[in-house]
Amino acid sequence: MSTPVLSLTDITKTYGRGDAQVQALRGVSLTVERGDYVAVMGASGSGKSTLMNILGCLDVPSSGRYLIDGTDVGTLDERRLAVLRNRKIGFVFQSFNLIPRMSALANVELPMAYGGVAPQERRARALAALEQVGLSDRVRHEPNELSGGQQQRVAVARALVTSPALLLADEPTGNLDTKATGDVLEILDRLSDSGRTIVLITHEDDVAAHAKRVIRLVDGLIVEDDRQAPVDGPPPRTTRTVSTRQTVSTPQAPQVSEAAS
Amino acid sequence: MSRLEILRFALRGLAANKLRSFLTTLGILIGVAAVILLVAFGEGASQSIQQSIQRLGANTLTVSASFSGGGFGGPVGANRQSTGPRTQARQLTLEDAKALADPEQVPSAKSVSPVVTTSSATAVRDGVSHTISQLVGTYPSYFEATNKPVGTGAYFVNDDVLAARKVMVIGQTVAEELFGSTNPVGEQVSVSGVPFTVVGVLKESGSGLGGQDADDVAIVPLPAVQQSLTGFGALGSIVVQATGADTTTSAQAEVTAVLNQRHGITPTGAADYRILNQATLQETVSSTIGVFTALLGAVAAISLLVGGIGITNIMLVTVTERTREIGIRKAIGAPRSAILGQFLLEATVLSLLGGLTGVAIAFVGTRFTIAGISPVLVPSSIVLALGVSVGIGLFFGGYPANRAAKLRPIQALRHE
Repeated sequence: MSTPVLSLTDITKTYGRGDAQVQALRGVSLTVERGDYVAVMGASGSGKSTLMNILGCLDVPSSGRYLIDGTDVGTLDERRLAVLRNRKIGFVFQSFNLIPRMSALANVELPMAYGGVAPQERRARALAALEQVGLSDRVRHEPNELSGGQQQRVAVARALVTSPALLLADEPTGNLDTKATGDVLEILDRLSDSGRTIVLITHEDDVAAHAKRVIRLVDGLIVEDDRQAPVDGPPPRTTRTVSTRQTVSTPQAPQVSEAAS
Repeated sequence: MSRLEILRFALRGLAANKLRSFLTTLGILIGVAAVILLVAFGEGASQSIQQSIQRLGANTLTVSASFSGGGFGGPVGANRQSTGPRTQARQLTLEDAKALADPEQVPSAKSVSPVVTTSSATAVRDGVSHTISQLVGTYPSYFEATNKPVGTGAYFVNDDVLAARKVMVIGQTVAEELFGSTNPVGEQVSVSGVPFTVVGVLKESGSGLGGQDADDVAIVPLPAVQQSLTGFGALGSIVVQATGADTTTSAQAEVTAVLNQRHGITPTGAADYRILNQATLQETVSSTIGVFTALLGAVAAISLLVGGIGITNIMLVTVTERTREIGIRKAIGAPRSAILGQFLLEATVLSLLGGLTGVAIAFVGTRFTIAGISPVLVPSSIVLALGVSVGIGLFFGGYPANRAAKLRPIQALRHE
């Protein structure tokens, strides 16, 4: 019924030319429905970061078609791409990427500033987002006064404050200790439970276990696509405490969504 | 997003590196202040010199003997009687002055005053002595021609000249040195042993050309000074006052004709006298000073340019340093225009801040008198310097800002 949040058709990405040519993606086709929680796994060099950058419109594919929320990204100019990044995508990076010397609140407000939200509403929404990640008492702190886990939670707040169609997380727990990793994953679980679409990249099985669907990339191709929980259900870790994975065969995501709706 | 927002980002960016921002601003500040100050000093010098020239008297021609004229053994002076061993040129004489006073031959002349000048005459009164830097022997018309009005007392008159009376009109400096606060009118002063009666004191006129004190002067009737001090020799100069500003040129021509005839100078020969025309002097001086002011301004403009290059340099460093930040901003949806605007504004704020502080410093600087010149602010130089500094911000900030805006987000994010 609804258009898929992400729809990739035969995406390839080639770096360099001649002998130094590297094919990072060799034809990836993927559809992600609204409300899904997808973990992309793969060893380093498997092309998962490249895929993430393309999904986040930070990089352009060499060939293939890519739709976000029904909009063909390939046809957009610079200005519209910026608007798209601002409205449809929330990005969480491995290295947090908060802007230094700006308070947590200002960092969270930033995407709304570029989105043209009125200052008062901006503040209210930023405070609400920070509350959602449990940092109401740290709004005035600058990134260098926050722990890694806290910084990443600010980054999550910044990513979700514009209510984007898609939340992208590139190894969000890669630089965090166990405790902070748990905090961040709990937040992501909660967001997924409330219907937010999330795609995250990881190479840790523990992290992937939180997702409803796990995709494995090897040498630029999808080799495995596991459904761990239904799209419209809660993420696996919020309902079950056992880590046994139930492998659901999902050859085509749209079928799942049709069944769900 | 609003412009105000972008301005806030820009200010935040500048505040993050206060010392660097300050030093960059300093470059522009010095440039702007230098342009305004130097132009103001040029203008001040020009005005003070113009005033000094004007104080010498309006519409006057000063004729003085020229020793370089006539030429050594030249045909012109050959059949003339030589008046001295040093030169074959003729000195100016009282007869020359009288010829110039003939309204038939020199109709454009309003008055003609023969002048004899003695420098460093020592005046004594009641044991107090003072060296008058200029003792002038002349006719009463001299006062008007050279713009020397009497403040207290009176001028000497033609009768005094005819009778060679020992009367004297003194300048303010002489009055203060010899008489202090008492009224000098009617008092006696002896110059080189000859007693003179002070009849008047000139109004204060301030410093003259080259910082010389124009008030350190005493004026006496011509025969009186000739009798007692200089002897009846040649005149120092003849001051001719034209009837008006528009007749100075014709007066000069008439004076030249009369003197050429009297001194036997052919149209092709070199004259043995010089005529100093107040009007042409003023023109020459003001054009010369104009050139100097332009030169000073150009030197200052170079420092402004260097300041501008400093801005480009620092903005390039800033953009490189903040490439990652630019990447983050782009990843969360900053449009190119916002990035461009932010860095352009940073550069413009730097240069505008420097420009305004420079103007403020120039304002303060022009309140001081340096080397006897009180600077005069030229409004157009302020507008120009400020405009150029803002232009520099936009122009020199444009390249780095554009580079920042054009960065692809993924490249910017990967930058370490």
